Amino acid sequence: MRDVFIASLLEEAKRNPRVHLITGDLGFGVFDKYRAELPGQFLNAGVAEQNMTAIATGMALEGRVVFTYSIANFPILRCLEQIRNDAAYHDANVEVVSIGGGFSYGALGMSHHATKALIAHPGACYLRLDKSSAGDTSRAGEVFELGRIRTIREGARLAFLTCGGVLAEVLKAADSLAADGHEATVASIHTIKPLDRERIIELASTHDVLVTVEEHSLNGGLGGAIAEVLADANVHPRLLKRVGIASDSYVSEVGSQEYLRTRCGLDAPALEALARQLLAGL
Amino acid sequence: MTSRGGSSHVGAVFSMADIMAVLYGGVLRLDAAEPKSPGRDRLILSKGHAGAGVYAALAERGFLPVEQLATHYKDGSKLSGHVSHKGIPGVEFSTGSLGHGLGVAAGMAFGAKLDGKAHRVFCVMSDGECDEGSVWEAVLFAAHHKLGRLIAVIDYNKIQSLAPVPETIALEPFAAKWTAFGWRVLESAGHEAAALLSALDAPPDAEGRPTVVIAHTTKGKGVSFMENSVLWHYRTARGAEFDAALAELEGAS
Repeated sequence: MRDVFIASLLEEAKRNPRVHLITGDLGFGVFDKYRAELPGQFLNAGVAEQNMTAIATGMALEGRVVFTYSIANFPILRCLEQIRNDAAYHDANVEVVSIGGGFSYGALGMSHHATKALIAHPGACYLRLDKSSAGDTSRAGEVFELGRIRTIREGARLAFLTCGGVLAEVLKAADSLAADGHEATVASIHTIKPLDRERIIELASTHDVLVTVEEHSLNGGLGGAIAEVLADANVHPRLLKRVGIASDSYVSEVGSQEYLRTRCGLDAPALEALARQLLAGL
Repeated sequence: MTSRGGSSHVGAVFSMADIMAVLYGGVLRLDAAEPKSPGRDRLILSKGHAGAGVYAALAERGFLPVEQLATHYKDGSKLSGHVSHKGIPGVEFSTGSLGHGLGVAAGMAFGAKLDGKAHRVFCVMSDGECDEGSVWEAVLFAAHHKLGRLIAVIDYNKIQSLAPVPETIALEPFAAKWTAFGWRVLESAGHEAAALLSALDAPPDAEGRPTVVIAHTTKGKGVSFMENSVLWHYRTARGAEFDAALAELEGAS
């Protein structure tokens, strides 16, 4: 995901000299090609995320499209107020990119389209890139649009709604379910905001069971956002089950992404078992 | 403005009133007919709680009708207590949470430098604001990138929200800190127009360093019972207090 992102950003930045990349002193080796080709469109702001975001805002207000880059929480939580008060309130074209969402420290083909879409979108944006990836799930001729849910598999009765690299686990679970006739729908919600309300309502109206899957806290996550959409629309599937990281705890164990997914019920076998249990209870 | 609207921070507004008068009256290259003209000087008020001072200065320079100032802080007004750019031509940037202005000003100056532009970027800050770590991140950045057209202006009245600066988080030796961080330091009396003009309008540093103007000011300047008083950081002048303050200010002008 990361390498695809940088490659597509380099492509866009070569076409558009107003595109600028700022890193918060992270990404060893990642930017070598970008820096060699576009030294004038690259900046290392040092270990100073608040200032990185402020600099990006100032540059964006003077006509640039500025990507800030770091890993995990650094480009988001450390400087959340700069993102909110400085970039977002002023509609500045600051694109905050964090590598390592969830337990990763990537949807391959789609990253390229996302980069282009961010540049075209006015105002501040946030792109959360997962190190893991579900591979290239794009279909021939598919048009990527911010805010439009991608339907990767069409099934009946049960729909998985998910986002990020954990899509790979969902697809494996759907494969196993399909092997004995339980074809499930798999929807990839690559854009959390704006959320594709119409498609969510449509999926809830045409399936008995919705299972939301996110490698994220259940507190304020995708599942909660979907529940809000459905409550507001007065659309109620027979079952809505959220799968993610338990709301009021931190994961204090360490381990690989695969291990931690298993610990949180976010791997393919757990998702398959949950789906079978929910379908049997209908 | 602040009395009618019932807003606070009048002490902080008076503290920098002369700085605003000199900047908007004689230093900033601005055009009210074209508020976004590319070659204009930029000014960010980082101590956003003194927004009334920017609104008043902009009104004096014709960016908004003087009568509009009467709506300050009132229901439905665009003139918020903390300075906001929405719907007010000439306000470059909205602030309110301290420690935000200098980094954005440095980003504007950095962008302008990349583009080979010659306009200046000013950032007016409070002393208490220098408690924020983000200020020093920006200070390091601006010196490293030799942002010679970035000018930080400190309204150094030495009084914070609850107590004097030395009793809160000491800043001294203040000028030496900026010098050590690679900035050119110009100190000025904070209420003398000629001194302020010479510091604020000084030609860019020959070595390319960013400039900080440390203006030694008096909080609540111009009203005897507000001067050097912590109370008037938040208090609103009403009734007899308002009349007395106005009489002193009118007597002085």
